[in-house]
Amino acid sequence: MKVFNVLGSGCTKCQKTADLIQKIAAEQGVTIELNKVTSPETIMGYGVMSTPAVVVDEQLVHSGSIPDRASVESWLTS
Amino acid sequence: MLSWFTDFASWLTYSLLALDPGSRLGQSLHFFIEDTSKIFFLLVVMIYCVSFIRASLNVERVRRYLASTNRGVGYLLGSVFGAITPFCSCSSIPIFLGFTSAGIPVGITMAFLLTSPLINEVAVLLLLSLVGWEITAIYVLVGMLVGVLGGMFLDAIHAERWLQPFALKAYLNASAQTDAGAVTASQLSFRQRHVFARSELTDIVSRVWKWVFIGVGLGAALHGFIPAGWLQNTLGQGQWWSVPAAVLVGVPLYSNATGVIPVMESLFLKGLPLGTTMAFCMSTVAASFPEFILLKQVMQWKLLATVFALLLVAFTLVGWVLNAVALLLV
Repeated sequence: MKVFNVLGSGCTKCQKTADLIQKIAAEQGVTIELNKVTSPETIMGYGVMSTPAVVVDEQLVHSGSIPDRASVESWLTS
Repeated sequence: MLSWFTDFASWLTYSLLALDPGSRLGQSLHFFIEDTSKIFFLLVVMIYCVSFIRASLNVERVRRYLASTNRGVGYLLGSVFGAITPFCSCSSIPIFLGFTSAGIPVGITMAFLLTSPLINEVAVLLLLSLVGWEITAIYVLVGMLVGVLGGMFLDAIHAERWLQPFALKAYLNASAQTDAGAVTASQLSFRQRHVFARSELTDIVSRVWKWVFIGVGLGAALHGFIPAGWLQNTLGQGQWWSVPAAVLVGVPLYSNATGVIPVMESLFLKGLPLGTTMAFCMSTVAASFPEFILLKQVMQWKLLATVFALLLVAFTLVGWVLNAVALLLV
């Protein structure tokens, strides 16, 4: 099972990012673990400066915006 | 070209709605229609163009520049980048930590973060179209000066002592590696720039449109209903206390530059001295409680209070100096 971490201070964009991933995963019938990371210290640990950012299995795959659908699908299938 | 909007507002208010140009309601409505139509038109055109040009500028790149520059230039660069780099205000904390953990001094990081809300493309654009280039130039210069001097002051008092312990540790352990993260600057195609510019446009407009209405609405009410000369007589140049009072009134009002600039225009047109107007406007935009509470995550109370006091003093001085200069020039 893939572990998705959405990094961000809890602004609306981060919420939308998390919702989007959840929705697409459900559509595709993929079970994932989704965490929202808001601690500045942890976010710093990933070297991220622009939120929202997405970490899949401890690998940073995206930062700075709400990801598009195609990217989310590729993270789920890869 | 901008007179189109005046003509449009005149036509709508005085011909179509047949309001009396001398009436308070007529004047208020004219101000409201002229400003909102002008602002929205300029916002759409300018945000698209500016975003298109700066699509390849991101905080990772800025960090690399700032980390490799020397201190003296650093404050100025920090402040310039703060003015031109696009980032969502909810990213200020990660940016603060990202800069700090790259070994960039707190003062330079704060020059970046203090200038950012004060000067941005929307603010400059509104100022240019509403109050002319002279005041815009003064506004930009003063905004950058506050960022640069504020940053220097914070480093002079060794502000890093009062960071939260984990942030201080990151600063002290800063290594040369500043390229963490998957995002690197690359050549962008025309299409990628267009996509970025379009998403910036929808993002910014959806965030500021209500501020335009609130700001212009307030400005219009002031414009139509405050008698000419009243502001000048009550809060004019002679009253030294009007500047700190304007700052104190401005702080609890939470607005961004988009909302406050139409109010600023109206106050200024009604005869409020330039320095007082500027002090009010800047304290409304830069010193807002919600953002300060966010900074608490990386700063101890002592530093937070220092930064806050620093801004209050800075804006008061700005107001006094500008008022004094304006008096000398007249």
